[in-house]
Amino acid sequence: MKNIEFRTATSAQGGLIVMGGVPGVAAGSRVQLRDHAGRLRSGLVIRAADDAVLVEVFEGTDELDLERTWVRFLDEPFKLPVSRDILGRIFNGAGLPRDGRPPIISADRRDVNGEPLNPAARAYPREFIQTGISAIDGMNSLTRGQKLPIFSGGGLPHNRVAAQIVRQAKLLGEEASEFVVVFAAFGASHADARFFEESFEESGVLNKVVMFLNLADEPVIERLLTPRAALTAAEYLAFDLDYHVLVVMTDMTAYAEALREVAVLRGDVPARKGYPGYLYSDLAEIYERAGRIKNRRGSITMIPVLSMPSDDITHPIPDLTGYITEGQIVLGRELANQNVYPPVTVLPSLSRLMKDGVGKNFTREDHPHVASQLFASYAKALEVRGLAAIIGAEELSDADRRYLEFANAFERKFIGQGEDEDRSVYETLNLAWDLLSMLPGDALIRVSEEELAKYHKGVASI
Amino acid sequence: MGKILEINGPLVKLELPETVLGEQVRVGRLGLVGEVIGRDGNTALAQLYEDTAGLRPGEEAHGLGWPLSVELGPGLLGAIFDGVQRPLQAVWEQSGDRMARGVAVPSLPRDKRWRFVPEPSRRAGAMLSGGDILGTVQETESILHRIMVPPLLHGELLELAPEGDYTIEEAIGRMRLVEGKNSGQIEKLQLFHRWPVRTPRPFRQRDHAVAPLITGQRILDTFYPLLKGGKAAIPGPFGAGKTMLQQQIARWCNAEIVIYVGCGERGNELTDVLEFMPELKDPHTGRPLMERTLLVANTSNMPVVAREASVYVGITLAEYFRDQGLDVVMVADSTSRWAEALREVAGRLGQMPVEEGYPAYLGSRLAAFYERAGRVETLSGGHGSVTLIGAVSPPGGDFSEPVTSHTKEIIQTFWALSKELADARHYPSVDWLESFSGYIGSAAKWWAENVDPNWEAARAEALDLLAASEELQRIVNLVGVEALSSEQRWTLEAAGLIKEGLLQQSAIDEIDSFASPEKQYALLAAMLEIFHQGMKLVKLGAPARRLIQMPLMTQARRWKSQHTSEDIAALKVKIAAIPSDFEKMMLEYEQTA
Ligand SMILES: Nc1ncnc2c1ncn2[C@@H]1O[C@H](COP(=O)(O)OP(=O)(O)O)[C@@H](O)[C@H]1O
Ligand SMILES: [Mg+2]
Repeated sequence: MKNIEFRTATSAQGGLIVMGGVPGVAAGSRVQLRDHAGRLRSGLVIRAADDAVLVEVFEGTDELDLERTWVRFLDEPFKLPVSRDILGRIFNGAGLPRDGRPPIISADRRDVNGEPLNPAARAYPREFIQTGISAIDGMNSLTRGQKLPIFSGGGLPHNRVAAQIVRQAKLLGEEASEFVVVFAAFGASHADARFFEESFEESGVLNKVVMFLNLADEPVIERLLTPRAALTAAEYLAFDLDYHVLVVMTDMTAYAEALREVAVLRGDVPARKGYPGYLYSDLAEIYERAGRIKNRRGSITMIPVLSMPSDDITHPIPDLTGYITEGQIVLGRELANQNVYPPVTVLPSLSRLMKDGVGKNFTREDHPHVASQLFASYAKALEVRGLAAIIGAEELSDADRRYLEFANAFERKFIGQGEDEDRSVYETLNLAWDLLSMLPGDALIRVSEEELAKYHKGVASI
Repeated sequence: MGKILEINGPLVKLELPETVLGEQVRVGRLGLVGEVIGRDGNTALAQLYEDTAGLRPGEEAHGLGWPLSVELGPGLLGAIFDGVQRPLQAVWEQSGDRMARGVAVPSLPRDKRWRFVPEPSRRAGAMLSGGDILGTVQETESILHRIMVPPLLHGELLELAPEGDYTIEEAIGRMRLVEGKNSGQIEKLQLFHRWPVRTPRPFRQRDHAVAPLITGQRILDTFYPLLKGGKAAIPGPFGAGKTMLQQQIARWCNAEIVIYVGCGERGNELTDVLEFMPELKDPHTGRPLMERTLLVANTSNMPVVAREASVYVGITLAEYFRDQGLDVVMVADSTSRWAEALREVAGRLGQMPVEEGYPAYLGSRLAAFYERAGRVETLSGGHGSVTLIGAVSPPGGDFSEPVTSHTKEIIQTFWALSKELADARHYPSVDWLESFSGYIGSAAKWWAENVDPNWEAARAEALDLLAASEELQRIVNLVGVEALSSEQRWTLEAAGLIKEGLLQQSAIDEIDSFASPEKQYALLAAMLEIFHQGMKLVKLGAPARRLIQMPLMTQARRWKSQHTSEDIAALKVKIAAIPSDFEKMMLEYEQTA
């Protein structure tokens, strides 16, 4: 069947083409189209019946002349050839080289859709990764095998934050990073892609990076393939070659928009804001490929970048993502406008795996309590700040004034840091105690009395 | 024998003339399993539990002759199943890390032998009916598995096997049926039987729920109690703490069996449960928690159709243990994913969407599902219960969306989680104003008899304080705390004490994680005692500012994590000493007054 070209297209519209009279085509099979100009396009069978086969064409169906369109059914799903040689290479969204070098030749070709991991095969991620960024390490820490997205917005420095994490991420006690990086960009601008390339080059890790790029002016439907191809590479590196893999993907919003585009063409029932009901499951197929597996050395840690449309965290894309990922690092405009870098808005940020990866046997005994105390004190401080805006700072009580000062110092000194500043988790914790010492000890009930005695440098009460 | 006509996502159109709705089908060379959801003449529409990639029109298909059913018998406890009851541990051992398609591994182990002890009173010749106990298997140290006559059977016991070791397929008895179309037929009795998951298992009658489910979580047990056999929902935006709260309940509640259904959620959360359950001890029996727990898992990356089935698999397993006279708790995380799976299938069937894409029958499906909870008199005359606790994941945290609003009308206990509380890391983030419980009357009776007669009044007073403080906080946010009278300030402070010293409870603090009813009440009484003492002083003219600075106010906030539930004697000593903390000031102000 692979070698037969059919010329039986009966209709084509908006990226979909219907083929008549091709019996026995496998669902999900890959398709190759040759148009009247001899140009090749690729597609996927999304509905198969003997009398009509519906094919989704990645490059779109513009200018197709049905009479002069030849279609081959390749009888297999989209596959990515994998070998050790993928490290240091740059591919397009469908896994073909875009660095001018020869294609990867390998007998080992993997279905980019992957297969769901058996929940009984998973190992729980527990190893603390030090990113050197206080807002993350101190309050929303990352563990090896976690999926922790960055929720951001247009004009915010999410790329710089992601690049800083890639540069600095290492296990506690490690001199240098053990990670290899899989970088996938879909719908990204050329400038964004170049920024990452240069950043990898500067830190001298290019030979430990695999890139999959589908840029803003490239075929939209290929975006549906890009994260899958990238994760297939990541799974190979992690679970066949024992690497610890850091996957950075940007921008999940572009991915979801591409999915919506296709769903509309297919006539799928929309759920919210025009996105199909299966957006959740589709995103989960991607995000859940992060993790650890029992009896395997490698791991996949995932940092997807997602720009929230109109900075709205309740928009379906960040919302569904937050329901799947193991927390989120939220960047905010308010802090960015005050020149705080990285502008991490800590209250809506969360790391769900932090509870199992910090503290006594992992970082330092006081870590979970300090984090909880920072959250509580900062939340209270923001309330005071709101009050001060109404009644004026002069009207505040002494106690409240301390909270106001705490909030300012916390934002400038703890959250704010240099783009090249790589703080150890101990520096981060000590800094946290410096700030908590601005508040009286008896206002700090989330830390223990022993911890107060050991670390608190301020007054006990006022 | 039929064949595939068309493949469209998880839906497959078949030529299969003899089939009926709900019948299980096996399709294609891969042998994928699914169920018939529509019929039209000679064609049938089936939804498959596994990914359909690679199927071709023309491949064969056949009906299996039964609806989606589960195997019920020894071997369930401690296991993890997928959404159609495939044993994931065994599947992993057989086919590796990834979920291979078309694997057929029986749900219950076939080669394992169980020690069966026949019921001494059973004699050949006795007339038996469904639900009657034939004997027992000590499945785990803490759980005695009752082997019952399968429901709907009625007849004469011809033979019952002596005590011995049997596999689940070996005969442990024979029965001659006397009723129905199979009358006269001889039925082999085994340690297990099958039951279709979409049909509720029968019982004699519904019973009143009487005892609260003790979860060890103060905001739940003390403020918004749930009864054994009750229905509860936990709605909340992502990150609010739904999963942690359900895990806490699964850990600490005083049920005999816990069924944890991970429906369309994270794989690592199930791994987490699988890793901690064997380590932890049941506070009520001292045995490893895994011995009373079983998991059903269809994670978000597993096929959607099996997700829809998973909650029915879970509830059927729960009913089976209920029928043995046990108190069962089932937590489902999350019912929204199940509803979304329903929506997806409805969309593919071209059914008319009514709200946010959901089909018109969403509400009735939800109600019918929750209806399977309850305390019942079992077929054998015992009492058992299924308590059902569903997490709800509203898009954007909006409680007016269809799944949350329908659920809210069905359940009796509503634990509403708040994003503001979660953001400030006040856990459990159960909102004390939005939540409700329709079981206060029954719960009050139990607390009065078992813990303290004053429970109901104390609970009400604490809730009033919290409501009053909400009002006061609004004023403070407008004009500052100085605008409040001393009485108002003290009220605000006491509410803060209740929030931090009582409601807030850390799941990751070893001591605080579980609080016995006695400890819960002691803390509640303590916080109110402080409030009363202080109020007396304020009324005598003491400024609230002075009271707020008392060291007691900080100390009392720490009590919850200083005393375990076994060690409340020491806590009670501290509580008895509360008046002495106020004594000096009391003298001072009594004199001036
Ligand atoms: N009772 C609790 N005690 C301590 N931490 C909690 C508690 N509830 C939630 N958390 C924290 O909040 C995070 C998110 O909770 P989770 O239950 O996963 O939320 P949801 O299921 O609503 O998305 C957890 O990973 C944990 O860090
Ligand atoms: Mg959850």
